[in-house]
Amino acid sequence: MISRDDVAHLAQLARIELEATEIDHLAGQLEVILGAVARVQEVAGADVAPTSHPLPLKNVFRPDVIRPSLTPEEALSGAPASEEQRFRVPQILGEE
Amino acid sequence: MSEAMLDYEDVIAKYEPTLGLEVHVELNTNSKMFCGCATVFGAEPNTQVCPVCLGMPGSLPFVNERAIESTILIGLALNCEIAKWCRFARKNYFYPDMPKNFQISQYDEPICFNGYLDVEVETDEGMQTFRVEIERVHMEEDTGKSLHMGGATGRIHGADYSLLDYNRAGIPLVEIVTKMIPGTEKYAPLVAKAYVAELRDILRSLGVSDVKMEQGSLRCDANVSLSPRGSGILGTRSETKNVNSLRSVERAIRSEMQRHAARLDDGLKVVQETRHFHEDSGITTSGRSKETAEDYRYFPEPDLVPIAPDPAWVEELRATLPERPSVVRARLQKEWNIADKEMASMVNAGVLAVVIETVALGADSTKARSWWVGEIARQANERGVEVIDVGITPADVARIVELVSTGDLTDKLARQVVDGVIAGEGRPDDVVATRGLKVVSDDGALLLAIAAAIASDAAAAEKVRGGNLNAAGALIGLVMKATQGQADAAKVRELLLKELGH
Repeated sequence: MISRDDVAHLAQLARIELEATEIDHLAGQLEVILGAVARVQEVAGADVAPTSHPLPLKNVFRPDVIRPSLTPEEALSGAPASEEQRFRVPQILGEE
Repeated sequence: MSEAMLDYEDVIAKYEPTLGLEVHVELNTNSKMFCGCATVFGAEPNTQVCPVCLGMPGSLPFVNERAIESTILIGLALNCEIAKWCRFARKNYFYPDMPKNFQISQYDEPICFNGYLDVEVETDEGMQTFRVEIERVHMEEDTGKSLHMGGATGRIHGADYSLLDYNRAGIPLVEIVTKMIPGTEKYAPLVAKAYVAELRDILRSLGVSDVKMEQGSLRCDANVSLSPRGSGILGTRSETKNVNSLRSVERAIRSEMQRHAARLDDGLKVVQETRHFHEDSGITTSGRSKETAEDYRYFPEPDLVPIAPDPAWVEELRATLPERPSVVRARLQKEWNIADKEMASMVNAGVLAVVIETVALGADSTKARSWWVGEIARQANERGVEVIDVGITPADVARIVELVSTGDLTDKLARQVVDGVIAGEGRPDDVVATRGLKVVSDDGALLLAIAAAIASDAAAAEKVRGGNLNAAGALIGLVMKATQGQADAAKVRELLLKELGH
C-alpha cells in the first residue's frame, strides 16, 4: 500500500510541492501502477532474469580522447544568473 | 566550540578503536568519465564543460574505456576480485555541485571487491604488518566546485549565495572503501596514515592518478569508533572529511579517538555524523548530521549498459601490474644494504618513491636517501607540504649528487643549491650559475687565499709549522671565509699543510 506519507516523503525528496488533494490523487494512481508491475512479475517465470535495460548490449566504451567543450559563454547562456564565469545559485544552507 | 579531549594514553587504556577508511581518487584520464571534456586542473572556470557534464536535457553519458581499465588495475593491485558483470547506478540528490541532480556511481555491484592491502607500521616491537581488508572499489564521477559568497568565513553556513564551476564535474572518481579495521590498538592513527600512504604509492606506481592530496586528487574520509575495552560492543562512528594530507589522517583519527573517549567517559553518546577536520587547530567540528540524509534512491543507470570485463582483458591487465611496494621495499633493503629502521624512516617521511627515482637516475643510494630524508624532508615539513610537492625533483637531486661526486660542489654548497631549487630559482645548474656556487678548485686562487690567511694569523701558522696540526682549523676557516664557503675544505687543508712544511 502506498500511503499519503509515502507520497509526501517522495515528493519532498524530489523537491515537488504537492497540495493535500494532489497527494490523495497520486497515492491512488501510484497504487494502480504498482499493481500493474506486480502482475508483470507474476507472469515472469524463474527463467526470466530481472533486467534494467532493454538493449542486449554490454561494454559500450569510447576511447579516452578529448573533444571540444562549450565556451563559458555558451555554457552560462541558459543560467538564470552568473558571476565570475560561474553559475550563481541561491543560498544552499541557512545559518547554523 | 572546542570539545573535551581525553589524554591519548587513557583512551587506549580504556577503549579499543575500530577504523574505516574511504579514499576517493581522481583518475588522470585525458577526458572525463562520461564525456570528452578535458580534465586539466586549475583551468579557467567552466571552460571544460559540455551538455553531458552540465546535465542538459537530452544529453547521454558515454563511458571512458581508460577509466574502466584504471579502476580494474586498482582493484587488481589491491588483491580484489573483479566483477564478471556490473552496472552503474544513479545516486539521487539535490545539490548544486551536480547539475543533473544525480551522480552516476555504483551501488550494490561494484566493479572490484573483497581485496586487501598489507601496511607496515613501526611499533614498540619493530616493524609490524597490519592487513587492511578492502570492501569495494567502485567508479563514479566527481562533482563541481562551489565558492560560497557573502558571510564572513567563505563557508557554506551563513553564505548569501554560491558560485559553481563544473570543470571538475564528471572527472572519473574511484572510491576505495575498507572493511572495518579492528585490532590496531594504539597504532590506529599510524595504521590509517600508513594505509593512505601505501595506497598513494600503489596508485602512483600504477600511473592512474596524480594522487595529489593538496589538489584534491586523493581525498580521505576517516571513520573511527571506540568500544570499551573487552566489551565486544562496537561503538558509534564519526566520519571525518576534508583530510588533505597524510599527517592530517593521523591527527584526525587521534583527535577523534580523544573526543569520543571524553564523551563516553562523561556518559554521553557519540553522535553518528560527518565531522570537518581543521588543519590549523588539528581538531574536528560537527558537519551535517546524517540522520536525515542517506535516502539516495539508487537505481540502475538507464542510460548506460552493463559492464562485463572480458576475463582475458583482466588477465592482460594483471600481467602489467608493477611490483608490489612491499616487495619492492624488501628487494631494495637488500640492494641498498640498509636496516629496517632506515627503510621505515624513508617510508614514514614519504620519500621512498622519490629516492627510488633518484637512484634510477644514477645517484648513489646512500646520498640520495640522505638528501630526501634529511634536508628536503625537513624543508617540506617546515612548509607543511608533502616532500614530493616541495618543488625539487628526483632529477634535481640526482644532478646535485653528481655535481658533488665530480667535485664541482661541496656538501655545503650542495645544500645551497637545494635551497635555491626549492625557492624556485630553477634547476640545479641554473642555481649554481646564478648564485655563483662553483667550488674554487683553482689551486692558484686557493694558494692566494692561504697566503693571506697565514699572513693574518701568523701565530696559528707558527703552531702548525711547529707540528700542532689542530691549529690549522683556524687558518682553514679563514680561507673558507675568504672563498665564501666555495672551496673544498679537504683540499684547502692539504694545500695549507703543504705550504707550512708538512
